[in-house]
Amino acid sequence: MSKENIVFRSLPITPHRPLLPGFAPALGTTLLWTGLLVALPLSALALRPWEHGPGAMLHVLTGDRVRAALALSFGAAALAATIALGLGLVLAWALARGPRSGPLAAVRRGLDLLIDLPFALPTAVSGIALATLYGPRGWFGAPLHELGIDIAYTRAGIEVALVFVSLPFAVRAVEPVLAALPAAREEAAESLGATHLQVLARIVLPALRPALLAAYALAFARALGEYGSVIFIAGNMPGRSEIAPLLIVIRLQEFDEASAAAIGLLMLLGAALCLAALSAARRALR
Amino acid sequence: MSRVRDRADARDWLVMAAACAIVGVLLIAPLVLVFVQAFADGWRPALEALREPETLSAIRLTLFVAVIVVAVNSVFGTIAAWLLARFDFRFKAALLTLIELPVSISPVIGGLVWLLLFGAQGWFGPWCERHGIGLMFAWPGIVLATLFVTFPYVVRTALPLLEAQGPAQEEAAVLLGAGWWSLWARVILPGMRLALLSGVLLTTARALGEFGAVAVVSGHIPGLTNTMPLEIETLYNGYRSTAAFALSATLALMALAVIALRTLIRRAGSVRA
Repeated sequence: MSKENIVFRSLPITPHRPLLPGFAPALGTTLLWTGLLVALPLSALALRPWEHGPGAMLHVLTGDRVRAALALSFGAAALAATIALGLGLVLAWALARGPRSGPLAAVRRGLDLLIDLPFALPTAVSGIALATLYGPRGWFGAPLHELGIDIAYTRAGIEVALVFVSLPFAVRAVEPVLAALPAAREEAAESLGATHLQVLARIVLPALRPALLAAYALAFARALGEYGSVIFIAGNMPGRSEIAPLLIVIRLQEFDEASAAAIGLLMLLGAALCLAALSAARRALR
Repeated sequence: MSRVRDRADARDWLVMAAACAIVGVLLIAPLVLVFVQAFADGWRPALEALREPETLSAIRLTLFVAVIVVAVNSVFGTIAAWLLARFDFRFKAALLTLIELPVSISPVIGGLVWLLLFGAQGWFGPWCERHGIGLMFAWPGIVLATLFVTFPYVVRTALPLLEAQGPAQEEAAVLLGAGWWSLWARVILPGMRLALLSGVLLTTARALGEFGAVAVVSGHIPGLTNTMPLEIETLYNGYRSTAAFALSATLALMALAVIALRTLIRRAGSVRA
């Protein structure tokens, strides 16, 4: 690059683009990388279900076993995200509003480290751990079994695993927003005689609405697609406790790629809806 | 900012107790159980289980796949993050969505898409078969599936930092005559090294533990195409509980160590900033 060129190019005050070299090669590499590893595989997922015609795809998706698996996956994910949101709100409150000094501050820092555990733990590990823990001879499963409550190999087991994996997503979406809420309105409400619950229901929760939507979308998306931590505890009875990702795996083992692709495409659409809700929530947060 | 109070009141104690109960029952109990089960029969059976040839092969394959995946996604992720932070171009938002998509969808789909391309009935499957290229049910398929599911992590951690830093330093370097190479080696990479390392560690942890995507493309051949998570499944389903939990404890320690290192680095970074 010649000196004159640099002077000429630095004159217009357009701060980003013209000055830095390497736009074209960076764009080229990024498009190549994204194209080969994401766009091409996803286009196969989008197109291959239609290869025997829309009728064949509809036939796959309306089969009893597929319908049951999809209903279970979407329903269980919706319930798990709701539970994770409730528990996550308590944890987010403890992290964002917990004491910064005294004995409880150390507890708060410890919780902060442990919240991300399900995210860090490989799903196969959490899968066999949860199945053993809540199984008929497990630490939690055995006493519950005495009481006539079975968790492992039922729908309750699926919920336990889904809440486990989606909890950190709910907490981390709410916590920073809760920490940044100005205290003035809550203090004003309290000084006007509002109870703690009134402050929570009328001041805090309405202000948190976009963050709660983001938390729900993140937790739901994670729960919808979860495979490893669920299959060990689920029981996997076709039509009853068989989640959609597992049915995809089973169809692939039967070399039925078109059916697997049809179920996969529907799950992709579910995830895309979550992403859309998430970006709407993020826009509202700004 | 939220209120900063010196003394904890009854409500604080209640909230903290509830939080500890949730974390203890839901999160800590499973982790403790992994280690208790691994050493249920003492140290010796656990260590012997880890020395079996299938287990050692699974550990080697997992590390091999993680090294390739981390290298590929870190190099390309860094370039993509810089591109997205410094330039405006058409369809930039669409590109960012595409990059983010793999973490939002089921890991099983991360394996399925590769079978749809290279499987027996896939778009390129028959061609590969004719030319003797076996990608599926072998390590290249495992690499591809893991590349897909760990795709956005480096971009996600590096992009906010690059945006916050702004282009001033890089522009100054260019005005002072830096070429493309010295711009990257002496300005961009040193400036983003903590965020880059954080993204690399996140990619590593996810690559070590990936199960759903890999389960679809591996073929589950013990000693050959079983990664550590798949070997855990094989052992557990074969009623070899001690061996399954011993390998689980090893894998959990590896992943948790990587995540702990990342937390330390983030702390160091936020102290400096």
